[in-house]
Amino acid sequence: MLQAIAFYLLAAGVIGAALGVVSARNPVHSVLFLITAFFSAAGLFVMMGAEFLAMLLVVVYVGAVAVLFLFVVMMLDVDFAALRQGFARYLPLGGLVGIWLTIEMVFVSASVARDGAAGKVAGGPQAASGDVTNIETIGRVLYTDYIYFFQAAGMVLLVAMIGAIVLTLKHRQGVKRQNIADQVARTPAKGMRIVGIKSGEGIEA
Amino acid sequence: MLNDAFALAGPEIILGAGALVLLVLGAFLGRGPVFSLAAVAVLAAAAVDAVMGPMGRAFSGGLVADPISTFAKVAIYAASAVAIPLGDAWMVKRGTARFEFPVLVVLAALGMGMMASAGDLISLYIGIELHSLALYILAAFQRDDAKSSEAGLKYFVLGALSSGLLLYGASLIYGFAGSTRFEVIAQVVQAHAGAGVLFGLVFLICGLAFKVSAAPFHMWTPDVYEGAPTPIVGFFAGAPKIAAMVLLARVLTEGFGGAIEQWRQVLSLIALASVAVGAFAGLAQKNLKRLWAYSSIANIGYALVGLAAGGQAGVQSMLMFMVLYTIDVTGFFACLAALNRDGKPMETMDDMAGLMKQRPGLALAMTAFSLSALGLPPFSGFFAKFYVFKAAIGAGGYMPAVAVAALVGSVVAAFYYLRLIKVMWLDEAPGATEAPAGGARVVAYSAALFALPVVLVALKGLDLLSLAAAAGLGLH
Repeated sequence: MLQAIAFYLLAAGVIGAALGVVSARNPVHSVLFLITAFFSAAGLFVMMGAEFLAMLLVVVYVGAVAVLFLFVVMMLDVDFAALRQGFARYLPLGGLVGIWLTIEMVFVSASVARDGAAGKVAGGPQAASGDVTNIETIGRVLYTDYIYFFQAAGMVLLVAMIGAIVLTLKHRQGVKRQNIADQVARTPAKGMRIVGIKSGEGIEA
Repeated sequence: MLNDAFALAGPEIILGAGALVLLVLGAFLGRGPVFSLAAVAVLAAAAVDAVMGPMGRAFSGGLVADPISTFAKVAIYAASAVAIPLGDAWMVKRGTARFEFPVLVVLAALGMGMMASAGDLISLYIGIELHSLALYILAAFQRDDAKSSEAGLKYFVLGALSSGLLLYGASLIYGFAGSTRFEVIAQVVQAHAGAGVLFGLVFLICGLAFKVSAAPFHMWTPDVYEGAPTPIVGFFAGAPKIAAMVLLARVLTEGFGGAIEQWRQVLSLIALASVAVGAFAGLAQKNLKRLWAYSSIANIGYALVGLAAGGQAGVQSMLMFMVLYTIDVTGFFACLAALNRDGKPMETMDDMAGLMKQRPGLALAMTAFSLSALGLPPFSGFFAKFYVFKAAIGAGGYMPAVAVAALVGSVVAAFYYLRLIKVMWLDEAPGATEAPAGGARVVAYSAALFALPVVLVALKGLDLLSLAAAAGLGLH
């Protein structure tokens, strides 16, 4: 009973917040709605016994991605009202695609209701047994069965890093930078000159 | 056990380690001709390892080394290796050469190799992302050029959309089949191909159709080809498409062999749409890079006709087609990269006027590529189309009708290839062209030689290799 109430509350939270994301006029509000949706989804994951996934969602998506969005949205000086002007023009086509997808999803849900989803096949996903936590289960396969995917994902991140450098790094000429090694290596002999000045003759140029 | 797995992943390990070493060397020593040569050597080593290495499955099905992956990897690594010196020379001339270029090509080749030997939805996706990200960066490599930046951004945004479609499809397939491995998915589909799995498959095909620029997911192609640096476009049009087509072939035959009737409809539709879009929209193009973008859309349509035919003959025809087309397109863009007039690249149809009198060698090569893409009998493109149409007619059902419709499309497309030849041979030149760079000329001439006389000899070998590759998928 309590579980059902929690589920419906959280599910309604996800859907309501998701609607808020696309319908809010102010983009900052949109991002805040997005964070709400992530939190509610994390709650749903906890209810399903996937506590690691829930924490990941909060830490990665709320902590990093959404906050980054918020920064970007706040820093960009885009006229969002102008961006929304095409809304009415694209509504018929977009609506049609949306309705089409909805119909198809209803068909898929109906087929699930009739035949059931996965899980009947050998080699299919297994629920973690009671005495092993989520994190332990993931830890057991991440560096063994999934080492190939894990390393390849690392390469994807490397490419992203190279890309950021290639596309944005500019070595500007004529910029004065502090060079600590030079500063430390400076000696009185290099840094100053002692000049004997006779009175009445001034300093050489 | 793990040693076997590492032996199977030999090409991937060589490329990955090679890219890391090159990156460090580049950061400390900077670029130069030797650096590019080292990147080519890494690709060559990976290709040799792919041929010599053992066959089998590793990492719980995530990596498959079989004849088709070997065939595709050798073609992909070779096309990537050609792109490195071509692109480097082009950028040196413009003063924008950087050491990251060869490294990115090697990383892209790594991703494409992963795609060719993906046996699992996860490695499929990671391979696609790895090579796509590298390609986005390469498209925007001339970052001070507004068009190049636009090309990179457009490619990135639309590529991200296609990744979204693909992931949605993959998640549905995983949900309904209960596994990300193609082998297990095949059992489920064989037993009962439900609506959910097929719904996911359609999204997966859409995502991959984006990557091979098949209509109606082709919108990015002309803009990206126009804006991206010319030698890099030659790379875009070849290797990544081989990888995506082989991946598609593997998903459809290994994972969804039991649902051939369903995916054949989708593929036939996409193929015919591509041929039609490529043929008719190409007629209006003035810029040669845009023209060849539409040409590549049409050509992917033919390759998809071959794949839709299904079976060993279908996969074989697709492999033949992709390899022969890649050689054509690489050669054509090498010609384009070599041509300059008054310090500006010659990219429009009008620029090509009178090329026959000024640069007879390159003009002859471009004529050969155009006639080959057109599918005129003794040229390589004819044999490519011959295999595809033979497979389609052999498949029976409605496939012969699809083949005939595709043939009509190729007749329409003949117009723009012939117009290019006419402009080059008969029109008067507006001014002198600059001497072309040596490297690009070598690539262009060797590709042109392949397109006509060499192909007649090489055909027999390619036929046997592609047949063995297709047989590796366990088809008859």
